[in-house]
Amino acid sequence: MKQYDAIIIGAGHNGLTNAAYLAKAGLDVLVLEKNDYIGGAAVTRELEQGFKYSNCSYVCSMMRQAIHRDLDLARHGLVLVPYLGTVNFGDQLNDVLVDYPNESAGYNEWRRRNPHDADSRHRFETDLARYAQLIRKTLLRTPPDPTSFKPRDIHELLWLGKTFFSIGEKQLYEYIRFFTMSATEFLEEYFDDPLIKAAMASPGIIGTALGVDSPGSAYILLHHVMGDVDGNIGAWGLARGGMGAISNALMSAAKSHGAEVRTNSGVAQVLVENGKAAGVVLENGDELRSKIVVSNLDAKRTFTKIVDRKDIPERIFKQASNFKIRGSSGKVNIALSGLPKFIGVPDNRYINRGGQGFCGSLKTMEKAYDCWKRGTWSDDPFIESVIPSVWDPTVAPPGQHWMSNFIQYCPHELADGPWTPEKRDAFADSVINKIERYSPGFKDLIIHAEVRTPFEIENEVGLTEGNIFQGELTIDQLLFNRPFPGYSQYRMPVKNMYMCGSSTHPGGGVSSACGANAAREILMDLKKANTVPEDDFYDE
Amino acid sequence: MTSNLMTSHEAYTNEHGKLSPFHERQAERNVRGAWAEWNGYKFAEYYYDAQYEYFCVRNQCGTYDISPMQKYMIEGEQALAMLNRMVTRDLAKCKVGRAMYTVWCTEEGRLIDDGAVFRLADDKYMLTCGAPMIAWLRRAKLGFTNVTVTDVTDDIAALSIQGPTSYSVLRTLNLTGDDALETLKLFDVREFTFNGKPITVSRTGFTGDLGYELWVDPAHAIELWDAIYAQQDNYGVHPYGEAATDMLRIEAGFIMPFVDFNEAHKTIHFRHDHSPLELNLDWLVNFKKPMFNGKKALLEEAKTGPEYRLVKLDIEGNKPAEEAWLYADKNCTKEIGYVTSAMWSPVAKANIALAMVKPDALKGDIYAEIYYTQELRQKMKVAKCELKDKPFWAPERARAVPPFQY
Ligand SMILES: Cc1cc2nc3c(=O)[nH]c(=O)nc-3n(C[C@H](O)[C@H](O)[C@H](O)COP(=O)(O)OP(=O)(O)OC[C@H]3O[C@@H](n4cnc5c(N)ncnc54)[C@H](O)[C@@H]3O)c2cc1C
Repeated sequence: MKQYDAIIIGAGHNGLTNAAYLAKAGLDVLVLEKNDYIGGAAVTRELEQGFKYSNCSYVCSMMRQAIHRDLDLARHGLVLVPYLGTVNFGDQLNDVLVDYPNESAGYNEWRRRNPHDADSRHRFETDLARYAQLIRKTLLRTPPDPTSFKPRDIHELLWLGKTFFSIGEKQLYEYIRFFTMSATEFLEEYFDDPLIKAAMASPGIIGTALGVDSPGSAYILLHHVMGDVDGNIGAWGLARGGMGAISNALMSAAKSHGAEVRTNSGVAQVLVENGKAAGVVLENGDELRSKIVVSNLDAKRTFTKIVDRKDIPERIFKQASNFKIRGSSGKVNIALSGLPKFIGVPDNRYINRGGQGFCGSLKTMEKAYDCWKRGTWSDDPFIESVIPSVWDPTVAPPGQHWMSNFIQYCPHELADGPWTPEKRDAFADSVINKIERYSPGFKDLIIHAEVRTPFEIENEVGLTEGNIFQGELTIDQLLFNRPFPGYSQYRMPVKNMYMCGSSTHPGGGVSSACGANAAREILMDLKKANTVPEDDFYDE
Repeated sequence: MTSNLMTSHEAYTNEHGKLSPFHERQAERNVRGAWAEWNGYKFAEYYYDAQYEYFCVRNQCGTYDISPMQKYMIEGEQALAMLNRMVTRDLAKCKVGRAMYTVWCTEEGRLIDDGAVFRLADDKYMLTCGAPMIAWLRRAKLGFTNVTVTDVTDDIAALSIQGPTSYSVLRTLNLTGDDALETLKLFDVREFTFNGKPITVSRTGFTGDLGYELWVDPAHAIELWDAIYAQQDNYGVHPYGEAATDMLRIEAGFIMPFVDFNEAHKTIHFRHDHSPLELNLDWLVNFKKPMFNGKKALLEEAKTGPEYRLVKLDIEGNKPAEEAWLYADKNCTKEIGYVTSAMWSPVAKANIALAMVKPDALKGDIYAEIYYTQELRQKMKVAKCELKDKPFWAPERARAVPPFQY
């Protein structure tokens, strides 16, 4: 029977990144994907003819440019296009905050609302950039194990310490405080205007089972602004052809280095022999053998579903079972016969076409969180939208559009029993009704809609409980604590088994960082030359 | 007070740029009032945001006003003979309905300018170039009878439409002609009728992408513009200016006067101008032609080898190597050349540059000494450079026939 050098379970973008780097090092690599399409949560699918939805993730900023460049993803068809001109809507119709791309126009827009905030924004952005710069430096590095005496861990800990101390003592204390703050508390230090606060807080709750008032949400905010597009830190871009273009390019790169990718090949079980991973058994019973096994699945799924409990220490089974991975987000992808217009937005062809943030106010967002806690959804949800077809001629027919709507919050389990198609539609109605309020006539434009609650996200993408990050991004599950203390270096409790998905450092988002970091560790164990590049920094 | 005293507004009239036939519409779109000048015309630096416009061209499409570009009609029995004596390529090979990119040189084999020659009929050529050329053309005409040179710059409104959706936009104009628009190959030129008016369409451009250039009577310029912009919501058409053009052309590997080369007639210092061989344009020089301006000098240079070679570099890191010196060693002791154009390429995701390098240094290592600032602090880094022989951006769609339709 053929023995592969490495089998990677899951063709998410991280699994494919991992495959590309292992194959580049000369390993014989096989990627196994349960679905009949690849990409996991970085995927484009045509569910209605002519409309190509980015079904899960929809915007890109965390993608490591060093990897994009090193794997020559441009040649493999990937183009990232920054978009601009996002509009935020307040609770009151007509209350609109435009995010102008031009600095002076942006200043005037804020000044019109609140001169204090317009000025304070500079300090806010500077502080955030300082924090982001530190986190950015850790993305393409393996976290040190703080309990280890290995020279490499000590060296890495010293580096981390030095990097963090480089911002000065006072700032460092501020930073530590920041890690445990709520988005609301953090923003109160800078802003007065309710809509400005709400708009700035919204990245703090995306994908998170926390509210704007919950400690820890300030860090989530940072997680969403630390990326960049071509060095514009905090900017977000669209992948031409949808987010699936990223996975497709990664797959093409992996294949060009000799990797093999099989779809419709769900893994039922990791084969463990003499305490070592030896291959996998597919759902159809086929057995495939390999020297190492890499899981792209989240930590909970990996250790409670596809690894036998008796093959791992009981502590790990418990930790995996208790891994915080609560689903809290929904997605409604809508095909539209025309471009929606929004109340109170000037008919300016730039700002009418970026993203839309239906954030209302901190109160509205916190109320939506309260609903989630009670196992239901709010009839006034927070929605983050973008209309990629305004920018991308490949994702909708000319003159028609598709709108990506990300909803925070949507529970994984409902108080009144399991999700049903009727409840799913009712959830979608809460979203569509809210948009209709801000854009009268919106409903008439709808051609097709794909509604995804955490239930669908779990079942289709395999993200446990529908958590978009493969595990929450709270301090107890970050850096050397991700996914579990002692296992942050991509090696798992079973010998020859590794993890490469977003459950590992640096966490969720389409970044390719987890997959690349895991590849570096694997190659080190196999005593092969490293193929993974160092990150490149604009803020060096 | 005398009546012939000019009001202050009039007194500055001569200092205002001439207005292009598309100006009225372009002014509406120039949200930031970012104007530059080109050959006496008022000309957009950018309209909204240079980076945005760059992405429009790479992702959807953009229009670029090339009306200020200099255009000359060269007609008559000896038009071919005259032009072929002037330029380095063999225009006899340029059939009617084709265009050629070429350069022309001084007797010393130094570049006067580059441009495109369009063969519109047997004895009718249009020469286009970035800077005025009438004086040189008059000299080039000496000794040729039966040939006229007419400056038609102000008589033709010209608009470049570039980017993947450019063909889809043009399709909606319902152009009629002997050949269908979709059959045009790169460097083809055809006559069409647009709303009953003549229009010349060439599949040419300065972006390395799918694109066309449209040539019409200035009286129809606005009508053409409006027809194109009627499609802006379907295909994302957006005007772009000089700033975006500069990014696009570097990615395509195209050279720019006074950036990558000096026009010989405007160069004071000996050898601060360039030969086509230095600019790596050997492919444009046809030594088999019996006679052309600069041939003797270029033959000589071909034997001894040019002093520099223009090359494409992919540079480590992401700091654009603007005005960087190049060295053969990491310690920067052995100087081998200099960067002429540099940028971070968003589509190629590479730190790219055009540079002049001493030919014998091309076999060894190349390092760039890059200066940049970080919050007012001067910083320097030495970055390894890799030679590239292909343009940084050359998508299949740029050449595909028929072009891909959206
Ligand atoms: C709705 C939503 C919106 C998001 N929005 C954004 C955004 O805008 N920007 C951003 O950067 N990030 C966003 N994210 C997060 C981001 O998409 C994910 O963090 C990232 O794509 C995860 O990639 P991954 O490779 O680590 O794992 P995944 O994409 O989860 O890949 C895991 C793969 O394993 C496969 N699999 C599962 N079980 C098995 C099995 N037993 N056998 C074989 N294969 C299996 C799955 O089908 C999947 O292909 C979003 C996520 C979601 C769900």
